[in-house]
Amino acid sequence: MKDKLEALKEEALAAVQTASEPKQLQDVKVKYLGKKGPITEVLRGMGKLSAEERPVIGQLANDVREAIQSAITEKVEALEKKKIEERLASEAVDVTLPGRMVQQGNHHPLTAVIEEIEDLFIGMGFSIAEGPEVEKDYYNFEALNLPKDHPARDMQDSFYITEDILLRTHTSPVQARTMEKHHGQGPVKIICPGKVYRRDTDDATHSHQFMQIEGLYVDKNVRLSDLKGTLTVFAKKMFGEDRHIRLRPSFFPFTEPSVEMDISCFRCGGEGCSVCKGTGWIEILGSGMIHPNVLRMSGFDPEVYTGFAFGMGPERIAMLKYGIDDIRHFYTNDQRFLEQFKRA
Amino acid sequence: MNVSYNWLNEYVDLTGVTPQALAEKITKAGIEVEHVTFLGEGIRDVVVGYVESCDRHPNADKLNVCQVNIGAEENVQIICGAPNVAAGQKVVVAKVGAVLPGNFKIKKAKLRGEVSQGMICSLQELGIEDKFVPKEFAHGIYVLEEEAEVGADALPYLNLDDYVLELDILPNSAHCLNMIGVAYEVAAILDREIQLPTPEFVETAVDVTAKITVQVDAPEKVPFYGVRVIEGVKVGPSPQWLQNKLIAAGVRPISNIVDIANFVMLEYGQPLHTFDYDTFASDKVVVRHAENGEKLTTLDDAERTLTAEDLVITNGKAPVAVAGVMGGADSEVTDKTTTILLEAAIFDGASIRQTSSRLGLRTDASSRYEKGIDRNRVAGAADRAAELISELAGGQVLKGFTHVGEPEVPDRVITMPWQKINAVLGTTFSSDEILSVFRRLRFAAKVEGDGLQVAVPARRPDVTIPEDLVEEVGRTYGYDHVPATLPEGSGTTGILTDYQLKRRRVQRYMEGAGLYQAVTYSLTTEEKVKSVTTIDEASYQPIPLAMPMSEERSVLRLSLIPALLEITQYHLNRQMPDVKLFELGKGFYSKEERLTQLPEEREQLAVVLTGSWQSAGWHAQAEPIDFFVAKGILEGLFNTLDLTERISYQAAQREGLHPGRTANVLLDQEVIGFVGQLHPNLQSQLDLKETYVFELDIEQVLHAENETLRYIALPRYPAISRDIALVVDEQVASGELIKVIKENGAPLLKEVKLFDIYQGESLGAGKKSMAYALKYLDPDKTLTDKEVEKVHTKVLTALEAELGAVLRG
Ligand SMILES: [Zn+2]
Repeated sequence: MKDKLEALKEEALAAVQTASEPKQLQDVKVKYLGKKGPITEVLRGMGKLSAEERPVIGQLANDVREAIQSAITEKVEALEKKKIEERLASEAVDVTLPGRMVQQGNHHPLTAVIEEIEDLFIGMGFSIAEGPEVEKDYYNFEALNLPKDHPARDMQDSFYITEDILLRTHTSPVQARTMEKHHGQGPVKIICPGKVYRRDTDDATHSHQFMQIEGLYVDKNVRLSDLKGTLTVFAKKMFGEDRHIRLRPSFFPFTEPSVEMDISCFRCGGEGCSVCKGTGWIEILGSGMIHPNVLRMSGFDPEVYTGFAFGMGPERIAMLKYGIDDIRHFYTNDQRFLEQFKRA
Repeated sequence: MNVSYNWLNEYVDLTGVTPQALAEKITKAGIEVEHVTFLGEGIRDVVVGYVESCDRHPNADKLNVCQVNIGAEENVQIICGAPNVAAGQKVVVAKVGAVLPGNFKIKKAKLRGEVSQGMICSLQELGIEDKFVPKEFAHGIYVLEEEAEVGADALPYLNLDDYVLELDILPNSAHCLNMIGVAYEVAAILDREIQLPTPEFVETAVDVTAKITVQVDAPEKVPFYGVRVIEGVKVGPSPQWLQNKLIAAGVRPISNIVDIANFVMLEYGQPLHTFDYDTFASDKVVVRHAENGEKLTTLDDAERTLTAEDLVITNGKAPVAVAGVMGGADSEVTDKTTTILLEAAIFDGASIRQTSSRLGLRTDASSRYEKGIDRNRVAGAADRAAELISELAGGQVLKGFTHVGEPEVPDRVITMPWQKINAVLGTTFSSDEILSVFRRLRFAAKVEGDGLQVAVPARRPDVTIPEDLVEEVGRTYGYDHVPATLPEGSGTTGILTDYQLKRRRVQRYMEGAGLYQAVTYSLTTEEKVKSVTTIDEASYQPIPLAMPMSEERSVLRLSLIPALLEITQYHLNRQMPDVKLFELGKGFYSKEERLTQLPEEREQLAVVLTGSWQSAGWHAQAEPIDFFVAKGILEGLFNTLDLTERISYQAAQREGLHPGRTANVLLDQEVIGFVGQLHPNLQSQLDLKETYVFELDIEQVLHAENETLRYIALPRYPAISRDIALVVDEQVASGELIKVIKENGAPLLKEVKLFDIYQGESLGAGKKSMAYALKYLDPDKTLTDKEVEKVHTKVLTALEAELGAVLRG
């Protein structure tokens, strides 16, 4: 009997092994493990066995059953797996084909520069103030210590619409307007980005329309050293941590003292190259301590308040930062140009 | 201002300070030196020669064969074509082997059979610009003075061993528009002594008042007017040293008298004017306002018409000069002049500026008056000119300087707490350190207790308030001494306004939607403004500039679209057919014919699209841009801003747009923009392909307040869907159908979506079928079929009643 069971087992396992369809396995299962199958028959004949043999054969029959059962289960799983593998193989794609990309546009490089500067100063507690591009002569000049017939008005020839209305030549009138709104109460801490206009013939370095960002901080005890510190933070964040700055005396009617800020050249580090014209320094912006006349005209008492102001050109900064050689590119808006600044 | 290093060295000892080092120090002190030029740049081996003989070339009429002594053992033979070459002249010789500017090398040559061993030079050949060459040498060689030593280096005789520092003079540094002013500045920078000229001359016994008297009728604009008279003058060329100085300063030598006036103006900063006393034809100078329409022919031979605003110098009858601007032609000093009437005066800068800009006549004199001159140097300058005229033109100076007004004004005294200087700069200078700055600047200063008192001389009109003194200290020490600190004041929060924040989101959305941001000019042409519609078409005309630089940039834009169309043309012309642009910028609106108030400025968002939306690829056909691409971008934008429910679209007719493919965009029933295709006529006129545009008044959009954002509970009960296909007349718009569905389906109707449009013969001519999916939902319970049926029937009934829509069978 024992031999018979062993033989059945071998036979069944061989049948499982050769099966290639789930249906064949089902047949094997019915044939060997079914109620009318040979193992059941063996078990039924157990009555003829001795009391000692009975449990041994019983055990063996069960083992054989289980072996066949698990061989079938295993084989079913293997067949299923194979089937899935075949299906997946047939579904394979060429992963190197281009995807269905969502087409992106991008921002203008001037927007990139302006937002970068805005965010930098927002981080230092400045807000963003805006104002009209068509301005009154009063705010554009007079409130900034540039009375009519002041010789410094020659410095910025302007587009007038009427005698008293013109296209603003800088964003400083926004400062005057904002200070006025504060009614002599500090602090005022703003930056003013925007378009400005001057009578210049457009060429590689001049544009009749360009952007400007000015900053203003009016409070008690504001010092030139605070301006220097603030601009140092700006220069390092904008042009690299190892930048140095220097202040040179200059002249602007709305500040006294007035200073020009240079940064150490980010290309050569100060040794002299074509970017810095061999000087090691690059002129970045004009600034100074707000002239007492400007404070007074905007309603602040210069005995109580002091302040600093600075102004810079995003075009110039973008040109320096990205090595752009012609200011007209910003206003030509060639998509091939714009596209280059997607990560700016 | 061109400053000669050699000339400056006469006032301040520059030993040990190279021109380059000096330039750097001046720049650091606040007056930018733009260039340092070596006048003898590119010149080598040029010596003084003596023309021993000069004979006509045997084979050439216009050439001369000269034997020239150049200090060598033998004379050299030089062929010279200059008409003014002659025996007995001291000349500048470029020897064989010499180099002249432009890397012009002198070699031994043969000219028509005669050997030439060098070249006799003109000033132009030595690199001096035509405009500075004295007239008598303009077309020939330059002739040196007798004293020049034969064989010596010629450059010092011509001052070509000099350096010129070009100073950029800003309005606050007008005190450096003259050599004495620069000398004061440099003496302070180097902390060295200063040597000023002290004019010396002999006056005749005759008092000047015997010849002339002065009357000023406009004292408020003429604080000082003085004259000297010099007789027995012989007009002729100036000596070499004077010509050299003028050329270095960029002024052309003319004649001794004119040159002296120019020299003194360069040295003292005081404009002078010289009249020919005889043609002046009067013993009286009257300074007054011109009469309206009064005429005068100025030195440049132009007839000037004057107004009552202008100041004139008259001889008591007629104007002889426009005060402080330019003299008249009639009383000009000429070769025949023997008696000079020398004017030294102070005129009001603003008045001079007005006159000179009205006449379009900017002179060295007028620009100096405008920028402010040293009020105390007027008599000294007259003396200096008198000295030089008597020395160089053989004149006798009549006794006295007759004048009206005070020749000197007291110093301006400024007082302030001396610690304010440290408080503004953030420095820690001691009072002694501060005082030493004023000592160097030669301002009398003292500290008493907390107070600082500084007497500022008239030569520094730019220093008037305590802050100016702060600057003097800061710039003299240099701002490297200022530490870098961060403000200690009250804290502020830096934050974007709601509007600014939303505007950035709009930008990000537009970029994500595949559009490139453009920035264009606000100034354009009237024609372009009028070619395309603007949001509020009827109300506005573009605002023109008073004096545009060009027609191209003459009016302010209303819409941004014309500029974006130009960029589109640019791309099409360069074989780039797909253009997708947006711009955020202002339009300028006023209803006034002539502005009395500022125009309204409103930010606009404009888009131009042409070409393919999706380019053809391995998995897709090219998808051309059409109306619904443009509208889709708009819908996405409103969705981003959560305004979809408040936006609607209405078919519209607009200038420059396709009459059947244009819609107004409405926010809460108000038109805030438009979207459409460019009119085919305009498209072909501009050489464009099918082009779509939209423009929104983005300010209105961003100012539309949203309700406070609150969470709405997710539905707990299932929705019930009903699809309907409606047959309607072709003209019925989908928007109308949806409106009726929504009105009648409320409040259970949650969503309605168009999913198919069909037109075909089976429907009959002029009909179309529109299929919508409707979704009903009750947030509080499961809807029954019966409840849905009730609402749905109401919807269908209304559709049929209002729009003749019937369910497709
Ligand atoms: Zn560099």
